[in-house]
Amino acid sequence: MSDAPVSINPDLCRGCKKCVSACPFGVLYMDGKLVMLKADECRGCLACIQSCPFQAITAVSSDEIDHERLREFSGVWVFAEQQRGKVREVAYELLATGRRLADERGCELAAVVLGHEIGHTAAHLIAAGADKVILADDPKLAEYEANVYTDALHQLIAGHKPEVVLAGATAIGRAFFAKVAVRCYAGLTADCTALSIDSETTLLHQTRPAFGGNIMATIMTPNHRPQMATVRPHVFKMNPPDPGRVGETLLEALDLAPAVTRITRTIPSASSINIAEAEIVVAGGRGLKKAENLECLRRLADRLGGVVGVSRACVDAGWISAAHQVGQTGKTVSPKVYLAFGISGAIQHLEGMRGAETIIAVNNDPTAPIFDVADLGIVGDLMDILPALADAVDARARN
Amino acid sequence: MHIAVCVKQVPDTANVRIDPETNTLMREGVESIINPYDEYALEQALRLRDSCGARVTALTMGPPQAAVILREAMARGADGAVLLSDRAFAGADTWATSYVIAQAIKKLKPKVDLVLFGKQAIDGDTAQVGPGVSEFLKYPLLTYARDLQVAADGRYTAETLMDDGVEVIEGELPAVITVVKESAAPRFAPLAGWMATRGGEIPSWGVKQLKAVPDLCGLQGSPTRVVKIFAPPVKSGGTRMDGRVQPAAAVEAIVTLLSRKGVVS
Repeated sequence: MSDAPVSINPDLCRGCKKCVSACPFGVLYMDGKLVMLKADECRGCLACIQSCPFQAITAVSSDEIDHERLREFSGVWVFAEQQRGKVREVAYELLATGRRLADERGCELAAVVLGHEIGHTAAHLIAAGADKVILADDPKLAEYEANVYTDALHQLIAGHKPEVVLAGATAIGRAFFAKVAVRCYAGLTADCTALSIDSETTLLHQTRPAFGGNIMATIMTPNHRPQMATVRPHVFKMNPPDPGRVGETLLEALDLAPAVTRITRTIPSASSINIAEAEIVVAGGRGLKKAENLECLRRLADRLGGVVGVSRACVDAGWISAAHQVGQTGKTVSPKVYLAFGISGAIQHLEGMRGAETIIAVNNDPTAPIFDVADLGIVGDLMDILPALADAVDARARN
Repeated sequence: MHIAVCVKQVPDTANVRIDPETNTLMREGVESIINPYDEYALEQALRLRDSCGARVTALTMGPPQAAVILREAMARGADGAVLLSDRAFAGADTWATSYVIAQAIKKLKPKVDLVLFGKQAIDGDTAQVGPGVSEFLKYPLLTYARDLQVAADGRYTAETLMDDGVEVIEGELPAVITVVKESAAPRFAPLAGWMATRGGEIPSWGVKQLKAVPDLCGLQGSPTRVVKIFAPPVKSGGTRMDGRVQPAAAVEAIVTLLSRKGVVS
């Protein structure tokens, strides 16, 4: 444990409390007339120094000490999101990437699970590449609640000091990770599509799309730890499980405040599917012309073991629920195969599906932008192709 | 009840490109719009104001010209607006942006009970500033919400859109809530609204007014650094077929590709 990043001179402090209100982390408090510091929780932002009219606070800093502080952080962590005891696939994908990063850094890979009665997850996570599984098992963590999850992960990070922390860019991961990053004064990059260790600086290089996918940016966090990132499902591939792997399981007891919001009811998606995590998406757009033609899409999706996605036009026309909408105002999908029937490919739609591994597009307009991103583009009437394709897939399955 | 709605001026992302020569953003001539998700947040705030009475203040951080979207928010019905603008804010990542916005919300009078954000901005797509502000304010966070209802005692209900369905949530103000599209459709600004906002001054707060710590603002306060930006790899080698003449050949080509990807046997 290093010393605190700032020191307070009690002879100069007049107890004006300016620093207490300036501290964004609330780690300064009054003890009688003197200011005290919760040294373990100070992030070294030095806001207090600038706020003090009496120069009572000074930075305990030098390049050497700062460097030493960064070096205390070690290990790659993957937040293994689980619901009702089942770890989501994206966590296994991240463990594969995390394994590679940890090997490059020569450090340990840990999976972190928050929840209640989650002990059974450890074996799967170790088989997927984790050296260590950290289990925070608490009834207060049984259901996701952003504020309790934030407390829990922050306590674990403060205790173990990992160098890199990754999560799936899910509804849960994106929300509470941003809180944790602020509380830790850490850098956080959302929706990364590539992660690597820079050989020169040993920093995590995080690449992500911005401006609707028109631009890619590579981002790093030079002087703050941990380096945090989220990754969408299916962006990385998972490794096949290795049941022979051995690893350590660590049970952590946390001190958690009760939840401030409460789930009164859960309404599962009508179709009980989550298109964001689907491996195969069979999508249709305005070119379907009428709601009945969605049936053809469903048929093909069923045959392929995929799900139906649509462009905004179909939702606006009332043909199907918004849960199926792909694009900027809908969901982002990154399946293995995306089939687009009668979708012209407005930028708002492309943003939601350009992460697909393979894109097959059928459209009657040869100039449709969807063809610019398609691996296989077919100019033609979708009703000439779609039913015949479902039949052909059927025939294959029977043979 | 005092509601703060945080809005962002964003370039119409469809038109932002990288200059292939210099690898820098070409933003010139790109139209600026109010982030579409923030319009839903504003609409949600105005609906709460209409149904149970509230003061609605719109906030944005950005260059002086970002005041345009605050005028639009007021034309639609916001009671007040504040621009957060200072050279020291330039280059802020989501951490430093959250810090400045939270400082401003702490300064608003009367005390803010509810802070609304759109679920994310369409330029950065991070969805991180709403949660970040909740952390600085120490207000509980709720994300991806719609159909927010607030009772007189400060208890609220909302539906949140999770990956596998919808959760009905109960909570208590204060809170920071990010909203999704399914909330009510945004209203238009009536001409009378525009007339009413004409001429009125929109206050602009910088480091000094916010009593912000300069080292925590802008690039200086940001943990992350952009190493480089570049154009996304172009999909090359795509195959194009004309399926109008021989649809059967097109079907065969699709099946072959599906089979190569292991999707069909």
